[in-house]
Amino acid sequence: MATTTAVMAHARADWSAIERELGHHPGRPINIGWYCSDRICEQGLAGKAALLWEDAQGARRSYTFDDLRVHSNTFARLLLGMGVRPGDRVCIFMDRIPELYFAFLGVLKMGGVAQPLFSAFGEDSLKVRLADAGTVALLTQRKHAGKLRRVREALPELKHVVVVDAGAAALGDGEMAFDLESAPRVEHFDVFPSLSETPSVLHYTSGTTGPPKGAEHVHSSILAQYYTTKLVLGLRPDDVYWCNADPGWVTGTSYGIIGPWSNGITQVVLDSGFNAERWYSFLERRCVTVWYSAPTAIRLLMREGRDLVRRFDLSALRHLASVGEPLNPEAVVWSQEVFGRPFHDTFWQTETGSIVIANLPGTRIKPGSMGRPVPGVTAAVLDPATLEPLEGHGRVGLIALRPGWPSMMRGYWRKPDAYAKKFRGDWYLCGDKARIDADGYFWFVGRDDDVINTGGHLVGPFEVESALLEHPAVAESAAVAKPDPVNMEVVKAFVALKPGFVAGDDLELEIMNRVRRRLSPLAMPQEIEFVTSLPKTRSGKILRRVLRAQEWGEPVGDLSTMMDE
Amino acid sequence: MDDLVAVIRDYVVKEYLEEGDDRTIDSETPLISGGIVDSFSMVSLKRFLEKKCQIRIPDEQATPDAFDTVSRIAELVERIRRDAPVAAR
Repeated sequence: MATTTAVMAHARADWSAIERELGHHPGRPINIGWYCSDRICEQGLAGKAALLWEDAQGARRSYTFDDLRVHSNTFARLLLGMGVRPGDRVCIFMDRIPELYFAFLGVLKMGGVAQPLFSAFGEDSLKVRLADAGTVALLTQRKHAGKLRRVREALPELKHVVVVDAGAAALGDGEMAFDLESAPRVEHFDVFPSLSETPSVLHYTSGTTGPPKGAEHVHSSILAQYYTTKLVLGLRPDDVYWCNADPGWVTGTSYGIIGPWSNGITQVVLDSGFNAERWYSFLERRCVTVWYSAPTAIRLLMREGRDLVRRFDLSALRHLASVGEPLNPEAVVWSQEVFGRPFHDTFWQTETGSIVIANLPGTRIKPGSMGRPVPGVTAAVLDPATLEPLEGHGRVGLIALRPGWPSMMRGYWRKPDAYAKKFRGDWYLCGDKARIDADGYFWFVGRDDDVINTGGHLVGPFEVESALLEHPAVAESAAVAKPDPVNMEVVKAFVALKPGFVAGDDLELEIMNRVRRRLSPLAMPQEIEFVTSLPKTRSGKILRRVLRAQEWGEPVGDLSTMMDE
Repeated sequence: MDDLVAVIRDYVVKEYLEEGDDRTIDSETPLISGGIVDSFSMVSLKRFLEKKCQIRIPDEQATPDAFDTVSRIAELVERIRRDAPVAAR
């Protein structure tokens, strides 16, 4: 008889009980925007701080849950007044300014589908995602509007562009200014009666092949986000919570908006680039109790040394968690030493919508392990050949999840085939490899595809290669992951030039900057190796795995299909 | 030194500020912590400096702190030029 040690149904979650806790009745409306603001006010917490915000220049703003309710109402009314309809995709393309947070909830309140995009995206990244989603409206800042203007003609479905900080600046054709501070407060708004399966958020994620795909989420995702925020991040009503993630990525919405605010938690936001001293000062000054960060940030802090962190009183910190990429054991040990408590690694994806494997508060941490499946999630590692759960423990296989938790994506936007390919029987395949130990802890081994995980963000090689090929000097290219001590992986490009072009520092920098501007800094190759040709199969397909293996010092595997030089 | 500061500042404005971004960059404007240049883009700035100044900046010296203002970057470049006038170029 097959053993079942590899299939980890850690514990059941009673989703009905969570519905009752949230006061939701099956079949009745469930709107994330309402749950994160109006409901908290109805619980008598209207005057409680919801958002304590500051930026790199030292500006500070504070908002209560009642402000959150009114300002999100204001954005909802604005969108409806412009002609945006329920179901329309509304892109939020902003830095982490307060308007981003209010706009996100406002889109949901009026029944729109919120499509947050990372504000560092360049024009090509923006165009691909807006065109695919058929985005109808976009809310942005003056400094990001230029990128949109350069691609707007290619976006016929984009009817409305709102600039939230236009001031006296001239706007482009078809753009309108909106100033939240001077707009009339909208005290009452009839929240759209979305149901459990009504689309809520569209987050784009990269894969190995083709352009990025939009993972579709629905309003009932809040059940899992609310629940895991309490269970995995251990948030309590009197906490001050800091999530480092930008809402352009799923962590920044699931655990930077929905999870904490549906629990009525005060959160702090620092709209700033990385600076260790400022971060420690922020933690101290804001008396942060729960901090959800990322391995790349933790490793950058480690580099700054122990003396710096010891200058600050961080005794308010009660719980630390991490997400985005595997947390190395040294980071866990370091945090125990300097903060007196370890970072708890968590694992999930854009597609899962909420944490699925984690080190729960109060449980034993094995440094370097992702932890165990959270209650309500059944996870396994599958034999790559048979796609059946591996028996016993210690063997490397594909991480697979059995859907059933409420925040799992309902599809990839307009790509049913790509969605179907993510499943084998009852199992959803994450695209990652791991092993499970005798205690049921999962240990990350690596990706099962060519996607590059850099600083906790996925970059698709296809997008990078497409951008490279648009450079007039590039004949062919391949983008692969290269190991990096801080970001785990970075993008490395192999480029073969067209006749007449000469490899050199000038050309390398020109190509790097072009990819950075068009896609994003994350996608910019940190190194370009000029080659005369790329390894290919006999059918002409570039063998990225050969180049990747070369970078990682791993065996290249079967080369029988490779084209002879 | 003033020339170097001007070269770095002009490059940062040209490469890292978007059209419509009306922030002014002076020699003390926080670049990394101010969100103008992120840690990934720092690599292209480093390559530019190495190319323009004919030096090699060791990775361990290319920290977010060392790259946080134009003046700090210029100091780093000058130090590398001074410490390794031949080998580094």
